[in-house]
Amino acid sequence: MYRYDSTDQQLIDERVSQYRGQMARHLAGELSDDELRPLRLQNGLYIQRHGPMLRIAIPYGMLSSAQLRKLAEISRRYDRAVGHFTTRQNMQLNWPQFEETPEILAELASVEMHAVQTSGNCIRNITSDHFAGVAPDELVDPRPYCELLRQWSTFHPEFAFLPRKFKIAVNAAAQDRAVIRAHDIGLEVISDERGEIGFKVLVGGGLGRTPILGKVVREFLPRRHILSYLEAILRLYNRYGRRDNMYKARIKILVQALGIEEFARQVEAEWAHLRNGETTVTDAEFDRISGHFEPPAWEALPVEDPVHSARLATDKAFANWVKRCVHAHKTPGYAAVTLSLKAPGVAPGDISEAQMIAVADLADRFSFGELRVSHEQNLILSDVRLGDLHELWQLARGQRLATANIGLLTDMICCPGGDLCALANARSLPIAAAVHDKFDDLDYLYDIGDISLNISGCMNSCGHHHVANIGILGVDKNDEEWYQITVGGQQGNSATIGKVIGPSFYAQEVPEVIEALINVYLEQRTASERFIDTWQRVGADPFKARAYAGRDRRRTAKVAGKDSNIKEIVNA
Amino acid sequence: MPRIIKHMQVIEDHWQMLTLAEGETPEAVALPAEPTLLPLAVWLLRRDEIVAAGLELGVWLDAGEGPEALADDLERLPVIGVNFPKFTDGRSYSSARLLRERYAYHGEIRALGDVQQDQLFYMRRCGIDAYAVRADKDIDKALAGLAVFSETYQAAVDQPQPLFRRRAAHRQEAA
Repeated sequence: MYRYDSTDQQLIDERVSQYRGQMARHLAGELSDDELRPLRLQNGLYIQRHGPMLRIAIPYGMLSSAQLRKLAEISRRYDRAVGHFTTRQNMQLNWPQFEETPEILAELASVEMHAVQTSGNCIRNITSDHFAGVAPDELVDPRPYCELLRQWSTFHPEFAFLPRKFKIAVNAAAQDRAVIRAHDIGLEVISDERGEIGFKVLVGGGLGRTPILGKVVREFLPRRHILSYLEAILRLYNRYGRRDNMYKARIKILVQALGIEEFARQVEAEWAHLRNGETTVTDAEFDRISGHFEPPAWEALPVEDPVHSARLATDKAFANWVKRCVHAHKTPGYAAVTLSLKAPGVAPGDISEAQMIAVADLADRFSFGELRVSHEQNLILSDVRLGDLHELWQLARGQRLATANIGLLTDMICCPGGDLCALANARSLPIAAAVHDKFDDLDYLYDIGDISLNISGCMNSCGHHHVANIGILGVDKNDEEWYQITVGGQQGNSATIGKVIGPSFYAQEVPEVIEALINVYLEQRTASERFIDTWQRVGADPFKARAYAGRDRRRTAKVAGKDSNIKEIVNA
Repeated sequence: MPRIIKHMQVIEDHWQMLTLAEGETPEAVALPAEPTLLPLAVWLLRRDEIVAAGLELGVWLDAGEGPEALADDLERLPVIGVNFPKFTDGRSYSSARLLRERYAYHGEIRALGDVQQDQLFYMRRCGIDAYAVRADKDIDKALAGLAVFSETYQAAVDQPQPLFRRRAAHRQEAA
């Protein structure tokens, strides 16, 4: 993975000093709350429902075991010994002390980490494929491009105060695992007919209040032009993106207003001034950064490991875990492993201090001391020998990190919701817990098969509910928590925005409605169909009819008030 | 006399900024005799009159007003102001860069409006070289904002070479 040189380190150290000074000026009364706000946000510090929340950057999801141990230590010393992974592959601490945040950033800097631009109206953490560098279906490793973009976007002087946040994702594989079409800029690494590496550039995607999939603004951009071309896009956005209404301020609204052809024309016109300048990336720089992502010392192994194959045949629980949590690797004898952070009884994406330490140990022992965070809020050990899988499974199981539910209904993407987040309209964690309770039988989950269920506590859509097969969105109606359900969304190459099936539901109805939707699928599916396939074939009507069967919206609203315990109702 | 930051130090400054009050129009507003930054609308409407009178005047661009409108006038303007109506309104960073990099403007570019210590580094990088720090802030302390980072990744006005080109040069020297 990328390691800082003295300049990278110096910049991050200077950032800590700058932030320390800003906090000191705030505490001395020289910077008001409002004046501090944009400064602390660009260092990841939010003020939330119960106090501050600090979002730590994990560039394109890459972590070393030493960094994870530092996160564990920070979570113990400065928080409640727990961290939360996000859909931007970052980590959030939900209980830090406001005054201690400069110390936390200094601790992070000691392991080449930071919280730079994890919030605010600036270029956010670059995200990518969590199987980067090991996926059998990838053209090249996308991480050097991510790192190039990380450095370019860090403290960019022209684009620190954009109309709104700006998210970039990079995919280099046949299957898009980075949801690039749901980003302000999505980059797909491709090669042209002469074998030159470059990018297909998509722009104007995003979830939130107005979910839109990105459109192609350029079919092929040679890689050396990537920075100047992005500067042209960002400059247009910085100058002409709407600033009068925060809900219409994302670049997708500008792209929509101009139309993609006119937007592309303006980008080309701006870029004509910028291309072939000093910002043109040199081969030497691509080589320098790529050198940081050399493959680890993989051993020459046979494609199959006979001991592993024998265990698969005899140990059903292990075989189930392998089926859901072990993924193909481009090198014979190796596999990538997902450690599920979606165990029952735990908030999706949460990890305890003890688990962090344990995972760091597992990474050292089985996967060359590195790991990745997925945007689905799980952890990946990318380079595990087949012969080690059984032992890894046993150790992971001991830490409750081996729930065999990856890609299944309970592998939910879920934001912290109204329990923690000041923006949320409704809680999302109790819904996730209720889904776990209702669908606690693994064999039933295996029978349902591949399906995605995502939960967002408000329109900001941090839980990516728009691109889930079943999406749940918390809405506030007259101070009560309601949940709108969308169906038919998906991520990947055929990314689709789900459709709202009708009026929203009260909290205790949600698990029943999910069950109703799944029952329609189970009854109507053909042998090879996933939930999404059946939905696309038979259409929305049978799903809608079942979801609303026997429900009287007005009566339900009176049954339970806002303070009722959702979990109790669900269990009752 | 008001003080601004210019040439990396705090100096006294005699320029004023004209803003149209309610009821005033670009056509009718009185042109001041003392050095003043005029709104773009006044300049565009009364350029000939201003030039003929030989007044020491500049122009300020609001955040939504690009430098394109001044492309033919740059030689006549010793100072161009770029306004930051809010700390978080970043449009004038682009205006300043365009003035320097596209239009080769060599006069003073002055940051006006909600200008505070923590923008100065980025402003400097974008080619702004004078800073009318908000009157209620300590301008002497704000000076520190110009020198927050000792290096920069991107090419910009102050450093036309991105770090990766200079890193390569360092490596070659070291080799």
